Amino acid sequence: MAAEGHAIDALGQFQLHTVGSFIGASVNFTQANLMMVLSAGVVLALLHYGARPRAVIPGRLQALAELSYNFIHDMCTDQVGEEGKRFFPLVFALFFFILVGNLIGVWPYAFTFTSHIATTFALALLVMVLTTVVALRLHGWKFFSYFVPSGVPKLLLPLLVPIEILSYLSRLVSLSVRLFANMMAGHVMLEVFGAFIVMLGAAGALFWGPAALCLATDVALIGFEFLVAVLQAYVFAVLTCIYLHDAVHLH
Amino acid sequence: MDLASAKEIGAGLAVIGLAGAGVGIGNIFAALVSGLARNPSARENVFGLAILGFALTEAVALYGLVIAFIILFV
Repeated sequence: MAAEGHAIDALGQFQLHTVGSFIGASVNFTQANLMMVLSAGVVLALLHYGARPRAVIPGRLQALAELSYNFIHDMCTDQVGEEGKRFFPLVFALFFFILVGNLIGVWPYAFTFTSHIATTFALALLVMVLTTVVALRLHGWKFFSYFVPSGVPKLLLPLLVPIEILSYLSRLVSLSVRLFANMMAGHVMLEVFGAFIVMLGAAGALFWGPAALCLATDVALIGFEFLVAVLQAYVFAVLTCIYLHDAVHLH
Repeated sequence: MDLASAKEIGAGLAVIGLAGAGVGIGNIFAALVSGLARNPSARENVFGLAILGFALTEAVALYGLVIAFIILFV
């Protein structure tokens, strides 16, 4: 997108490059992988140091660890029912991996690994395969009755069954693209308004007012990014729970 | 028409769908406000649902945006 010779490089920030000198380059260890390791480390550290004091009256870190445990535990039992406790570790890991990954991404110069479709698609594929396997193990062949809506005229079934199957399969796309698109679009917006600031600032003192306006927009957008980071992690976890509910109860 | 202009027009067309998402988000919060005006004590239960609906609707808008990006940059 050339604007009078200046080009806004909106997608350059998502370029992967290897880190860790020649060792990283030899195993293709990119900054996205580094951020994944980092976010997993942050979650593990929170739980390790949060659970260590075992105080009756928790300190700040222990309270945070207990609150996050309770939050996901309630989400699982509310959405899935009693069986949800079996899936608690999965939902907890998914939620906090994505949450910390999103939040790290808002940090300047850090990389958001959830802004890559490959990452989010892998996570969505994990959820999808897991729910299908759970449903097949619990219900066997009866699982396929999930695609036959009850209480509709027989004449409509040839139309409705393909739609049901399609909507089941499209969960994979919607779950992965939702997270990826949110994180990518947010960072592209930040980049575009950042480029506006530079362009307007360079255009002369007359344009410093609009440049300041763009700076204010960018600050507001960063706040919005925090909201989106938490919200999308929550949505991913809730939808995982809802899909698990469907798998466990079939309708 | 050359390919570059067609691409830019296509990207513009791809984001028309964002109008629908705007209507949807407006609907969600209108319903939230009228719901809370009728029964303020329901806030705890309803607010989370509204935010969830907002996130899901916003994602639909971003699908259109992603299509525009794909047209422009890929």
